[in-house]
Amino acid sequence: MKTSLIKYLALSSLVAVLAACSSPVPLSDKPVETKTGKAPGATGTQSDSRAVPTVTPGELDPLNDPQGVLAKRSVYFGLDSFEVTGQYRELVQNHAKYVAAGSSRKVVIQGNTDERGGAEYNLALGQRRADAVKTLMLALGVKESQIETVSFGKEKPKATGSNEAAWAENRRADIVYQ
Amino acid sequence: MTYSTLNMHHATNPIQTVRKMAWQTLALCCTLLMPLLAHAQLKIDITGVGANQIAFTAAAFQGNQGLPEDIKSVVESDLLRSGFFKSVNANSNMDLNENTLIDPSAWKSVGVDALIVGSIRKTADGRLDIRFNLHDTAQQKSLGKFNYVVAPSALRLTAHKIADLVYEKLLGEKGIFATRIAYVEKSPGRYRLIIADSDGANPQVALASKEPIISPSWSPNGGELAYVSFEARKPIVFVHTLATGRRKAVANFKGSNSAPAWSHNGSKLAVVLSKDGGSQIFTMNADGSSLNKLTSTGGINTEPAFSSDGQSIYFTSDRGGGPQIYRMDTNGSSVSRVTFEGSYNISPRISPDGKTLTYVTRQNGQFKIAVLDLAGGQNMVLTNTGREESPSFSPNGRFILYATRAGGRGALAMVSKDGRVKNTLSSTGGDISEPTWGPFTKD
Repeated sequence: MKTSLIKYLALSSLVAVLAACSSPVPLSDKPVETKTGKAPGATGTQSDSRAVPTVTPGELDPLNDPQGVLAKRSVYFGLDSFEVTGQYRELVQNHAKYVAAGSSRKVVIQGNTDERGGAEYNLALGQRRADAVKTLMLALGVKESQIETVSFGKEKPKATGSNEAAWAENRRADIVYQ
Repeated sequence: MTYSTLNMHHATNPIQTVRKMAWQTLALCCTLLMPLLAHAQLKIDITGVGANQIAFTAAAFQGNQGLPEDIKSVVESDLLRSGFFKSVNANSNMDLNENTLIDPSAWKSVGVDALIVGSIRKTADGRLDIRFNLHDTAQQKSLGKFNYVVAPSALRLTAHKIADLVYEKLLGEKGIFATRIAYVEKSPGRYRLIIADSDGANPQVALASKEPIISPSWSPNGGELAYVSFEARKPIVFVHTLATGRRKAVANFKGSNSAPAWSHNGSKLAVVLSKDGGSQIFTMNADGSSLNKLTSTGGINTEPAFSSDGQSIYFTSDRGGGPQIYRMDTNGSSVSRVTFEGSYNISPRISPDGKTLTYVTRQNGQFKIAVLDLAGGQNMVLTNTGREESPSFSPNGRFILYATRAGGRGALAMVSKDGRVKNTLSSTGGDISEPTWGPFTKD
């Protein structure tokens, strides 16, 4: 214990001397690595205001990785359709794997439609879209208790406007983590 | 009778007054159009009724000056909106009331079939005593004197009741002017559930929310509305007592809860729940208890509507591929398909006599209001602007209220079930959707 403390103090002095020196002396990796963020203030020795603590983050939750496969959470549908097609099957699979891997993870899948047609039929169509995503996720091991599917129908359009682009954007199911 | 002292000399000679008409036409037009301009949201489009219309004159009610509503204007506007009446403006300078002696043949000779005259006086306790007389010049008799004593706040409602009586006396079916409608008004970030008179006037906000509101449905006694609110970030069915503002979530299951409809006697609600997979129709008691599942096909079953005889529920289902309208018994049995023409038929409502279905049909991407004669199988498309939704019958079965587009936003409109009379009622407020016509009430 004592030797390590001495070693530590010596090291601190060395760093202090080096820091005071104006010439660019390269520091070896080792002293910096062994330096902890806590200054040895208990001994009354001077602390080092230039000390830089190293933080090693835990593994990044892929859910929070803006570049990751889970960053995409919207499944798009064709007119009057509730079929999950092509690229969106892969998108749903990625989320299903993630949700299935953690039993406490829960998602709400929100179905939406474009503005055309009746409010209630669109609500039911949005529900079918959300349910189609859910069906895929259940097949990939997600538990029923981890998913709720709801529909906003045509009531909460993401894109406003009465044109093909807006309608396509609104024929959508969003995977929302709770 | 206090009325015996009333001055009648102005009216004993209608012919003389009518002779003056030619000279006064321009001035009359200006003054008589004033009340219509005040209700400028009303646009009436009548086709094909022509000669069948009843020509009427409504005189200004004596004592109406200074009061917040003009009975003559409201009555006139109501009757015109029905399409069964045309107004003959013959009397703007005449001083008539319910006791005035009328020479029917003189009125008949200038083309007036019906004459409405009346008065308003304040009672000692601050109420209004409203009386009127309806003269039928063809039959050369009065169809009756009528009398209401009401709070000043009920002046407009009373005018609608007078229009209802005139309508019923002359046409033989109940009038619907004193009934109410409900609709949703959207503006950015705000949704309001509105209760208004049948002409869209006198709007009152029953619910103001930051989240969408859809599918208002009147209880048969007119006291409650069931509707779907998204205030909890998902659709939940509420029952709302209008007089108290008290509301209760009656269907808040996992998934979506929507499309409430009252049974004919108000004891049950049909709702659509997704909790068991798909959208399925259930019935429940009006307080949310005793859930009973009626449908179980995998896809969409929604928009239940009870027939007024309590025997049937009409609904929309995609079980055949696209959305079509079906009928079943109220226990879910004996399902049969009702619509066959077209690939998209939704939003069924059944007429009070059970004979006519109104619904929305899609033709070439256009959404239109249609009717189907259930016995004969004949259907007829009633509208043509292409963005129509949410039809509902007036309680006398004569008219259909629906949502359309006018000036780039949602508006209220009504059409007679034969398609001949159309009115658009655009509001000065926000974007209107989800209208539904309320029942006859006893108030």
